[in-house]
Amino acid sequence: MTSAPIQAATRIDRRFAALKQQGRGGLVTFITAGDPDHETSLALLKGLPGAGADVIELGMPFTDPMADGPAIQAAGLRALNKGARMTRTLEMVRAFRLGDDETPLVLMGYYNPIYSYGVERFLADAREAGVDGLIVVDLPPEEDGELCEPALKAGVNFIRLTTPTTDDERMPAVLANTSGFVYYVSVTGITGAGSASNAAIDEAVARLRRHTDLPLAVGFGITTPEQAAAVARVADAAVVGSAIVRQIEANLDTDGKPAAGLVENVLEFVRALAQGVRTARG
Amino acid sequence: MNKPLNSYRNGPDEHGHFGIFGGRFVAETLMPLILEVERAYEEAKADPEFHAELAHQLKHYVGRPSPLYFAKRLTEELGGAKIYFKRDELNHTGAHKINNCMGQILLAKRMGKKRIIAETGAGQHGVATATVCALMGLPCVVYMGATDIARQAPNVFRMKLLGAEVRAVTSGAGTLKDAMNDALRDWVTNVEDTFYIIGTAAGPHPYPAMVRDFQSIIGRETREQMMEAEGRLPDMLVACIGGGSNAIGLFHDFLDEPTVRMVAVEAGGHGLDVPNGHAASLKGGRPGVLHGNRTYLLQDDDGQILEGHSISAGLDYPGIGPEHSWLHEVGRVDYVSATDKEALDAFQLLARTEGILPALEPSHALAAVQRIAPTLSKDTLLVMNLCGRGDKDIFTVGKELGVAL
Repeated sequence: MTSAPIQAATRIDRRFAALKQQGRGGLVTFITAGDPDHETSLALLKGLPGAGADVIELGMPFTDPMADGPAIQAAGLRALNKGARMTRTLEMVRAFRLGDDETPLVLMGYYNPIYSYGVERFLADAREAGVDGLIVVDLPPEEDGELCEPALKAGVNFIRLTTPTTDDERMPAVLANTSGFVYYVSVTGITGAGSASNAAIDEAVARLRRHTDLPLAVGFGITTPEQAAAVARVADAAVVGSAIVRQIEANLDTDGKPAAGLVENVLEFVRALAQGVRTARG
Repeated sequence: MNKPLNSYRNGPDEHGHFGIFGGRFVAETLMPLILEVERAYEEAKADPEFHAELAHQLKHYVGRPSPLYFAKRLTEELGGAKIYFKRDELNHTGAHKINNCMGQILLAKRMGKKRIIAETGAGQHGVATATVCALMGLPCVVYMGATDIARQAPNVFRMKLLGAEVRAVTSGAGTLKDAMNDALRDWVTNVEDTFYIIGTAAGPHPYPAMVRDFQSIIGRETREQMMEAEGRLPDMLVACIGGGSNAIGLFHDFLDEPTVRMVAVEAGGHGLDVPNGHAASLKGGRPGVLHGNRTYLLQDDDGQILEGHSISAGLDYPGIGPEHSWLHEVGRVDYVSATDKEALDAFQLLARTEGILPALEPSHALAAVQRIAPTLSKDTLLVMNLCGRGDKDIFTVGKELGVAL
């Protein structure tokens, strides 16, 4: 049994404790910082909690997102083409925090932009901006010395991905330095591709619960309120990424500029997902 | 037996590190599989039967050993060092790539894998992979950038003839790095039955070490052949470098020979002073993490990867194998560059003086030889790895020279 290293309770811990008290599963939403442009992305970010997002994952754009499918690849490139960079991503978090000191915010992405920025400087700036946790796809436990251990020291949660290929033997090593919550990737594959059956998710959640007391969020391939609800019935939260990003894409005009009503349309989709999650155990 | 402590040949360590370079920067889904490949490779390395089968295939199917050829006319033309070519372009499929593919497909079979994937730039690695898959009766999917498909049409057709499925990659600039991204995406989706044959000495551990080991036969043969020809070791080794598998293959056996100088030639494209106009990761990049390893990368100040440029699709990659990054930092190998134009000139020089059409990749090495050889004494023994033949490049060269084919 692995539990979180001893740390002061973070926004993530408080949010999952609150969800538990309310007896419902949560909704974790993903958008890419700067997609389709900085202002629209910030407006979306600010609107997510009101639309029912319990935890926010904010993607750090990267040219080579090798675990992501076409939707999130395209989102990253849209952002980069509009001048997104790490400093702008952190600015966005600071701007968000001016109006919201409660909703947990997790930065998600790949290691190179962080390594390039400088690990110590990144952790200091991310923490100062109001970042609660990190998900870095290409840093398995074998590379914990790079960012995971410094992050834990800096008081930033390091949220690990576990997958169907993480067997019982490997699981303790994967969970050892994990804090905040555990993100279960329910399919072997890239983001936005296929989805796992409810039975497979039930079984995986049961297996993970034998290994950890940390909250469990389940993602990959969740696209509808019904699927989100099915996941939230057994897990502590459902993660939706590509489906939201595709809503952004669907609300661009032919020049790739945000069409009128983009923010409202995307948030409407998030509200439907949140509704599904909230009534799941009802 | 313990390896000597003072050696350039001890890497990588158990975590796959050459100094600070290398490592295993992959998604968790792939991590158990990477560890499985490492275990299986360690077992195969210790199994005489594996080596015997590999040696048999290299001899009878690939056609090894490749000759070490004294280029008399070129030597006279340049008027300096005595120039030898290691003729790996004479291997079956026309490049050094098959040395590695043969090793990896035997490993894949040993592991019971049912499906092979690969990435390719110039198409040489794709052709070599498709070839060994046909030989072993395994289905093969090759990821290739759409840009590269356009400039390497003959190799695309060859792969199809060999029964492989060539999937065009349109993300990014549609070149080698994007093909590698999509191959990794395929692998993460099909972890159970698929083996990924990486074409260069890069990627997550154990690939850089494994590919190097399979290519090291180039250097071992060279040592033996040079002893036979001249009764002593070569003084200088020259090889082109994209990911760096032909260079490490030639160099590795000689790394601890203090009298052997080594020069690796990166693709200088339009020139190192042209922003994003070259593919020289060491001279024009800085350390970063991509495709499973830490190494020198072409990147902007935000850590976003640049596409780079080279006339040679096989060198058009923004990274380099991690062992080269380390050899660069410790100073054991000199890394230089040659431009598109220098490579084109060298291509034509070799055709005229020796009757050999080199691939555009080793044409970069030859451009460096053209610069260096005249400065060396006539008793200097220089070996250049002629790692691929140029038939595939005649359309590119024709276009550059303004000749419609």
